[in-house]
Amino acid sequence: MAKATNERRVVSVVVMNESSVLARVTALFAGRGYNIESLTVAPIPGSDMSHITIATNGSTKVIEQITKQLHKLIPVYKVIEHEEMVEKEMVLVKFPIAENLSDISVLCAAYNGGVVNVGKEMIITMVADEPMRIKHFIEAAQRYNPCEIVRGGVVAIER
Amino acid sequence: MQMSGAQMVCEAIIAEGVKTVFGYPGGAIMHVYDEIYKQNGFEHILNRHEQASVHAADGYARATGEVGVAMVTSGPGFTNAVTGLATAYMDSIPMVVISGQVPLSLIGTDGFQEIDAVGISRPCTKHNFLVRTIEELPRVLKEAFYIARSGRPGPVLVDIPKDITVDIGEFAYPESVDIPSYKPTYKGNRRQIEKAVEAIKSAKKPLLYIGGGTVLSNASDLVRELAEKTQIPAVETLMARGVMGAKNPLLLGMLGMHGNYASNMAMSETDLVISLGARFDDRVTGKLSEFAKYADVIHVDIDPANIAKLVDVDYPIVGDVTQVLEKMIPLLDDVNTDRYQAWREILKRYDELHPQSYVDSDEVIKPQWAIERLGELVGVDAIITSDVGQHQMWAAQHYPFDRPRQWINSGGLGTMGFGFPAALGAKRAFPEKTVINITGDGSILMNMQELVTAAEYKIPVINVILNNHFLGMVRQWQTFFYEKRYSETDLTFQPNWKALAEACGGIGYDVTTKEEFDAALKDAIKQDKVCFMNVAVNRFEDVLPMVPAGGALFNMMLPQKKHGEEK
Repeated sequence: MAKATNERRVVSVVVMNESSVLARVTALFAGRGYNIESLTVAPIPGSDMSHITIATNGSTKVIEQITKQLHKLIPVYKVIEHEEMVEKEMVLVKFPIAENLSDISVLCAAYNGGVVNVGKEMIITMVADEPMRIKHFIEAAQRYNPCEIVRGGVVAIER
Repeated sequence: MQMSGAQMVCEAIIAEGVKTVFGYPGGAIMHVYDEIYKQNGFEHILNRHEQASVHAADGYARATGEVGVAMVTSGPGFTNAVTGLATAYMDSIPMVVISGQVPLSLIGTDGFQEIDAVGISRPCTKHNFLVRTIEELPRVLKEAFYIARSGRPGPVLVDIPKDITVDIGEFAYPESVDIPSYKPTYKGNRRQIEKAVEAIKSAKKPLLYIGGGTVLSNASDLVRELAEKTQIPAVETLMARGVMGAKNPLLLGMLGMHGNYASNMAMSETDLVISLGARFDDRVTGKLSEFAKYADVIHVDIDPANIAKLVDVDYPIVGDVTQVLEKMIPLLDDVNTDRYQAWREILKRYDELHPQSYVDSDEVIKPQWAIERLGELVGVDAIITSDVGQHQMWAAQHYPFDRPRQWINSGGLGTMGFGFPAALGAKRAFPEKTVINITGDGSILMNMQELVTAAEYKIPVINVILNNHFLGMVRQWQTFFYEKRYSETDLTFQPNWKALAEACGGIGYDVTTKEEFDAALKDAIKQDKVCFMNVAVNRFEDVLPMVPAGGALFNMMLPQKKHGEEK
């Protein structure tokens, strides 16, 4: 049976690490009307390749087309449509120093994170966890008046 | 061997065996043109517009099956080429376009005639390159040709900054290509092919659905063999006209929006679609939920992304049509052709009920008559190109295309102005063949400057202008769907076609009767000059049958019956 429409999917794309390859991938999404929820890209250590992780959504048919169309790009080695994966995302949150620092610290610890920088007026915390947990952390952090929240894209690896 | 980047470009073109390059010089590509001046390995045709250069290279590629090459300068030279790239991309035509670019140091500074060519062409090329060093240039050129012609073919752009054409480097043209991330699948999966064969053997109403991929794969003989051996009837798409051969008794005709009755009914009633190199375009399928509703689908395509893109497929086979058919045909030795006899008879009756027809006239030339007459006079020997519109559909419906690559038209993108320059390319590839561009009074003006090119290089192509003083296809839609509000489609104001052709060094004929048509065509074939045959045709003729956009294939608007046939 086809799954419900607009399921969320994480796709890993292994590409030749050459100029404009990211543009090729993102232009494909834009040109064919596919969504990008988040996107992360970095070189694969010890190779001339890069790993692009894209969180997207669409019907089964759309996801299948995304995978096939990505495959068609000449510098694309491999497209992995994740099924059983470990998925992580990180977030940096800046709080005023006047907030209750021990509460913030406990909150971060509860989400496998911690304080990464303390300045005269601000502290910066970092949490890396599953996307849903990141969402919950951000919600919980609201009561400490965060002044800036920077969320990273998803990285995933097949189990 | 040490040489400049410009020399490398020429050496690569020669090494690839390209005989004719179409192009237009300009600042950023001048070093390459300087080398073209000095060499004797290929000829260069100076079109009078970059769009025409790319269409001409495209026509050359479609007629020969080889990679066409066009060359343009940066900025506007390149942007003019974009329509040509997109046209070739949509029809999967192997082509390499080389564009000049501003020097590397100027890229990103909004320099004179600078435009982001790889950015603009990304969605309308199979692949593109911005060359960054002289060292990589030989490899890039080799890969460009390889990518253009391998797998599902397509146009490739090589954008070369001016300073790299001047730089000196070591040139050894690579013998082979290894792109680890690009490995097209040619061989169809044996197990899948066996399953498809079983499906064919157990079907009652199978139908061969033949697309342009069979032309690109040079699979025509195998397609005919498959049909002959199994006695399965066939329909062709617009891009596949000629594959089965005009007189093939198994060919029902063209299907789709302007397909004939039997073809569209066959697709609506078949129980097994055998799709060979076709991609289920919306102009073919009509309403998707009604398309081949009762059928299982075998889909053979070299591009996996085409499979199950629009229609659910029961037997997907990724591979080159030729290689798949070579495996498939021997497995059908014991096929029982009688099994499909009843089906063939049903389709025969459909064709008798509503044959491809029109009502001829003694007072005015009917465009369909002109096409049929062309077929009678030049037939299988000629290469026919066309522009886009009513004349294109009439040509596809009424011309007796008898071999692949005889019919050259812009199917996917639908580019008006394609036919004339494409005819120049085809004629240059096959100088001994009569090349006729079937066009309209709208389309021909979109690249009419090529009269000058054709006259200068003595490329005697014949432009048969089916002149209805309308943008006919849009007019037809306005008649049917916009209550006859003919918004901006009336082309009553016209140039003097004969004088126009003559002013550019060609010949013009004004044709208003059937006798004049024959006389003008016979004269035009003898001439060594390009010509315009301005054929006045019935103004309000419609292309029929017609499936309104988004409608089901079996809901066709049909032509009225010929006199004496009314029931």
